[in-house]
Amino acid sequence: MMSDTVQGFSNVRRTRFWQKGFLASQSAYVLAALIVLIIIMALASPNFLTGGNIGNIVRNFSFIAIAALGMTLVIITGGIDLSVGSTMALTATVTSLTMVGLNGAGFHPFPGSALIISLAAGLGTAGLIGFLNGFAIAKLKLSPFVTTLGTLSIVRGLAYVTTYGRGTAPAGPDKELFLALTSGQIAGIPVGFVYLIAIALIMWTALNHTAWGRHVYAIGGNESAGRLTGVNVDRVKIQVYMLSALAAGFNGIIISGWLGSAPANLATAYELTIIAAAVIGGANLAGGVGGAAGAIIGCILIEVIRNGLVLARVDPYWQQTLVGCIIVAAVLVDRFRSLRNT
Amino acid sequence: MALLELKNVTKDFGAIRALNDVSFSVEPGQVVGLMGDNGAGKSTLVKIMSGIFQPTTGSLELDGKAAHIHSPGEARSLGIETVYQDLALADNLSAADNIFLGRELKRHIGPFRFLRRREMNARAVELFGELKSETRASDLVRSMSGGQRQAVAIARTRLADAKIILMDEPTAAISVRQVAEVLGLIHRLKDAGIAVILISHRMPDVFAVCERVIVMRRGTKVADKPISQTSPEEVTALITGARETA
Ligand SMILES: Nc1ncnc2c1ncn2[C@@H]1O[C@H](COP(=O)(O)OP(=O)(O)OP(=O)(O)O)[C@@H](O)[C@H]1O
Ligand SMILES: [Mg+2]
Repeated sequence: MMSDTVQGFSNVRRTRFWQKGFLASQSAYVLAALIVLIIIMALASPNFLTGGNIGNIVRNFSFIAIAALGMTLVIITGGIDLSVGSTMALTATVTSLTMVGLNGAGFHPFPGSALIISLAAGLGTAGLIGFLNGFAIAKLKLSPFVTTLGTLSIVRGLAYVTTYGRGTAPAGPDKELFLALTSGQIAGIPVGFVYLIAIALIMWTALNHTAWGRHVYAIGGNESAGRLTGVNVDRVKIQVYMLSALAAGFNGIIISGWLGSAPANLATAYELTIIAAAVIGGANLAGGVGGAAGAIIGCILIEVIRNGLVLARVDPYWQQTLVGCIIVAAVLVDRFRSLRNT
Repeated sequence: MALLELKNVTKDFGAIRALNDVSFSVEPGQVVGLMGDNGAGKSTLVKIMSGIFQPTTGSLELDGKAAHIHSPGEARSLGIETVYQDLALADNLSAADNIFLGRELKRHIGPFRFLRRREMNARAVELFGELKSETRASDLVRSMSGGQRQAVAIARTRLADAKIILMDEPTAAISVRQVAEVLGLIHRLKDAGIAVILISHRMPDVFAVCERVIVMRRGTKVADKPISQTSPEEVTALITGARETA
């Protein structure tokens, strides 16, 4: 093939398959580490690979993984979204409050109607938060860190204000449907996991096979180059913050289904775990690098470690310390690898 | 009729007057050299023609009609292509991705549009072949040499049918052999009726391909002459200010 032959340049070799693409990425190294870890755990603890425990792990990482996908999009553009934990809480709160309100008003023209309106209200709130983040960052040129630090606090405050600090619980004729759609199972698989896989596949396709995906990467790689070549940088940025908020909001609704209620302190400090998962999975905070598979791998790794510590009866307070070590280890490995390659 | 005409263009950045009352015109198929010391205002002039900056005062005409160019995309749709001085490449994308950035080839499947990767790669390979550049379409720009990066930036201007191509120091970082290729390309563009404005600090390049040379000094146009009526010595004197005007 023409593209592989470099005439006259005997010192330019063809790039080997393991030197490019997924196999050369941090995500692949972390996946390898994850597999090793799972094997060690399985050998060390007979309880690790039991159906019940795997179900626990899958459910727990699904709690943050959808939000981690949205976070990864933001990180690829070189941004950060600290408001995801708060957005999870407010979205769950608004969804639940709307259900309670419609129930109180006796509004229920057909089965599922209250649920549809409630989900629209909740996700609409999430979309609005994302839009405001994106607008402030893209159009007003505020820093992503400061902007979303602000919304973190504003949105959490609203979750407390609207429920007088007590939180709410979904109610009404669609409650069973709500619980089935958020905490139920399809063929023995938690629905949260099914949503996660579906969303990850869509995200992978969008990132790798659409012009929009190329623009997301280009903005992270060289924003001004994007502008000069006619990419609508501001619009793409607003879109990724909206998608991040929607993903977080959706994840928040799923969590509230599992809990059966939406406490005002739902998902407090989850933003840190979510960012950690994205970064462990290979998203580079400098922008331009990351992907759907990596985000999920990062979430699984964090949850497997947490689970392993529980099974080993290690003091749960060690978890945070260990997750921190793994973040540093993952970026260190990536650093050494890129040093060797350049 | 002039293809592109600038009329009394002035550009201020705060207290800095980067361009002062600059006027000139370019005919179809004409190759014009634009020379001047660092900071003379050459890149600013290019960015006004490619829609990145708006003139503070003055106007542009394209094919005899007033043109208000508000964005690089608009400039491209009017037939103005640009090789920027900093090349405007995204390091984390492949050469082919960079060439097609902002105007990807797409395939419609239902309501969705997917990239035509194979076609884009094939076209990129073709363009590098035309430029005689040893650049692989699927390689990341991050791992490329200065010359290869320049080839990517130049290849980008050959995607659409341009009327005029603005080249801001396209030969700054490349080898003697590749300079010859770029100059050859400029000759071919001229033969195809495409106008080129070539910014360069290299006197031999300008004298090899340009039929006219414009000299800028501190934001003001100090000379605009046919190449046949000037000499490298005179142009050097104009650039440095040893000679005031020509
Ligand atoms: N975006 C900007 N904001 C403020 N000042 C600017 C901006 N762009 C250019 N200038 C100023 O305008 C003047 C002309 O700069 P310009 O980049 O056009 O020079 P140049 O002729 O291309 O120089 P070089 O040969 O170094 O590329 C300089 O004084 C520069 O500092
Ligand atoms: Mg310049």
